[in-house]
Amino acid sequence: MASIAARRLAKELKEIHNEGCPVGITLLEAEDYAKWLFTIEVMGESQYKGEVYTLQFRFDSQYPISSPAVQFVVTEGRQAPVHPICASILGNEWSPVLSVTAVCVTLQSMLASCKKKERPIDNDRYIRNAPDNPKKTQFHYDDDTV
Amino acid sequence: MSSDYEYSDDDVDYYDDEEMIDGTQDDYTGDSDDDNMMDFGGDEDIKVPQKGKRKSYEVDFESLSQSAVEKLMAEEVEYICSVCGVDESVASLLLRHNKWNKERLVEKYMDNPTTVLVAAGVTVPEPSASPTQRSAPIPSTPSSRRSTRSASSRLLNTLSGVGVVGGPKPTKSPITSPTLPHHTPRSFKPKPPSSSDPFVCPICFDDTPSLRTLSLDCEHTFCSNCWTAYLVSKIRDEGEHAVRCMAEGCALVCSDPFIRTVIGPGSPAESPAQEEENKKAWSHFQELLVRHYVGCTKRLKFCPYPGCTNTVSCPAAADKSSLVTVVPTVSCGARGIGDQITNAASSGGGASGAGSSGWGLAGKEHKFCFGCNVEADHRPVVCPVARMWLKKCRDDSETANWIKSNTKECSNCQSTIEKNGGCNHMTCKKCKHEFCWVCMGPWSEHGTAWYSCNRYDEKAGVDARDAQSRSRASLERYLHYYNRWANHEQSAKLSIDLYAKTEKKMEDMQITSSLTWIEVQFMKKAVEEAERCRMTLKWTYAMAYYLAKGNEKDLFEDNQRDLERAVEDLSELLEGPIEPESIPTLRQKVTDKTVYVQKRNEIVLEDTAKGFLDGRWGWNVVVEGFDDPEGVEY
Repeated sequence: MASIAARRLAKELKEIHNEGCPVGITLLEAEDYAKWLFTIEVMGESQYKGEVYTLQFRFDSQYPISSPAVQFVVTEGRQAPVHPICASILGNEWSPVLSVTAVCVTLQSMLASCKKKERPIDNDRYIRNAPDNPKKTQFHYDDDTV
Repeated sequence: MSSDYEYSDDDVDYYDDEEMIDGTQDDYTGDSDDDNMMDFGGDEDIKVPQKGKRKSYEVDFESLSQSAVEKLMAEEVEYICSVCGVDESVASLLLRHNKWNKERLVEKYMDNPTTVLVAAGVTVPEPSASPTQRSAPIPSTPSSRRSTRSASSRLLNTLSGVGVVGGPKPTKSPITSPTLPHHTPRSFKPKPPSSSDPFVCPICFDDTPSLRTLSLDCEHTFCSNCWTAYLVSKIRDEGEHAVRCMAEGCALVCSDPFIRTVIGPGSPAESPAQEEENKKAWSHFQELLVRHYVGCTKRLKFCPYPGCTNTVSCPAAADKSSLVTVVPTVSCGARGIGDQITNAASSGGGASGAGSSGWGLAGKEHKFCFGCNVEADHRPVVCPVARMWLKKCRDDSETANWIKSNTKECSNCQSTIEKNGGCNHMTCKKCKHEFCWVCMGPWSEHGTAWYSCNRYDEKAGVDARDAQSRSRASLERYLHYYNRWANHEQSAKLSIDLYAKTEKKMEDMQITSSLTWIEVQFMKKAVEEAERCRMTLKWTYAMAYYLAKGNEKDLFEDNQRDLERAVEDLSELLEGPIEPESIPTLRQKVTDKTVYVQKRNEIVLEDTAKGFLDGRWGWNVVVEGFDDPEGVEY
């Protein structure tokens, strides 16, 4: 099982090196097959325009059958350093044919489509009690359009 | 076995008919009204095993093993096959998607088969989709991959509000977002196929030429290893029985034959460990299907005992409204917990031999209430009342009552005050109101008669005292019933000890008298009977608490008293010391008492059950499912 994950991630990494990342996305770190870091820059006319975010991907041995655990890494700011992402693509709509870059692009466009810049109303409460791995959370998707 | 056919009928509502509640099953098997009734002959064998005269406090039920339930499912599937003209795997998917509601399914299917098939994930939502599905997975050919693009890219639309997604899109997809035209998410789909290209699995990137590939009707093709890993993970980890195609956004659901080819018996496995995994996942899949079916079928329920796989069918209690007239205490027939489950339902209690096989937890019958999960057997009281009573005992509504009874409210600001010493001249800490603790009237009216209140008849004082005495009476009333209820509960809990003690006594008796082991069984029977009666008694107190005052309640309490007295007499005989010379008389006495107690218990159960059927019982509170009481009076 683990060999599938490794082979798959190796291939994804090779493609990233060969063809480069999509615009606005850069690979920061991929030293092993457990944790990768990306930065994404928000394009288009939105509240987040021009801002750069760091994304952390964690893979288990079941990848790509199971989705990667994806979180925002916030360096400055007052809140917990790692912010989980509640996007249905990482939950019940995950499909093994999706890839790391595909997830980045989705999140990038999610930010790009954002009209309002605010934290979800229940954000603080969640952050306080959040498990380390966001996959352990049963998300309830507030906004079906993202 | 043949009795499985009994409930194979499609209409759940059918069982709500009056005759099913109070009656035998005969009138039902007579009118063969459906297709699946036709293929068996012997009507006589169909009866539920425990025939004879069913007592009015018992319900008809039947215990089914997992394979029996699977058979019921197969019959439903067959029915849909014949009505809708689809093959088994399709019928099964349709039924599962429609929560096993045959009527709705057939109706919807006749209305628009394509919509139903698409909704259930049987066919790809395309106008050209044929209503039937190839049941076996088709090995993909390179050309079959071409259609993937249209299916997946169409579904991508729904994924994101702005239409930008990373997905299995071939580059330069027409649906790239207008705002971000330069974004071209790459996919792991094989490059647009040319027939000479070797197949590369888009998930694991295996490109071995001999790779075994599989796809559903949507023709999203992946290698069999990925399918296996995917199905095993979905079934084992997520407990999902409707597993969708691996392609992103594809709504097609894997059919049973497909799952069987991938992980079923005989499926190719790379290693023995993998084979073991597959085997587990496959059997878990079967279990999931059964669970889903039972969960969707109102007249079926799983035996709640840990480790038990039986299902009980109880049509009489399928409808919630029937729970005001019957107490559906059922048993799956098995005994014991965990590994020690014995499925052979021994009907007589006396059959168990020496040792503790028939005693205590190990031999406990899997009895439970079909209507609620409150308690295994809460006869004679019906589920809503039992639930209400337990809730009352559990929550702290009685704390409030205690406060009411032991404190007084300041007649000015209504703060709660407990008097823990001092004189009757009270000064409220909060509002500084001064009043007399005895008469609750204002202190100023007391003049010089300090410390001895003689102003009993003042209006303000009378009102305050009335309210207090009412809540005190209510608490006392509750405690009266609760103490008796708890007492019987306690003795039932102690019955394990009593069993052990009695067993010891039985052994002694064998030694000190000429009685054989079989002959001293009367002790065991008596203990069992006493425990059973205490259970009944316990719940009669819950019932009496809620019963409206009147003749009916008086009669009920008379029956209750007779039973209680008899049970206490019997318990006394059982607890008492044994003198060798008096054993024959004791035996006679205990046996007589046991029979008497049993009769009294029957009377209570029977009469109460009849009362529910006749709608005789009135309540002093609003009970779910019953008409509201007229005048509340205790």
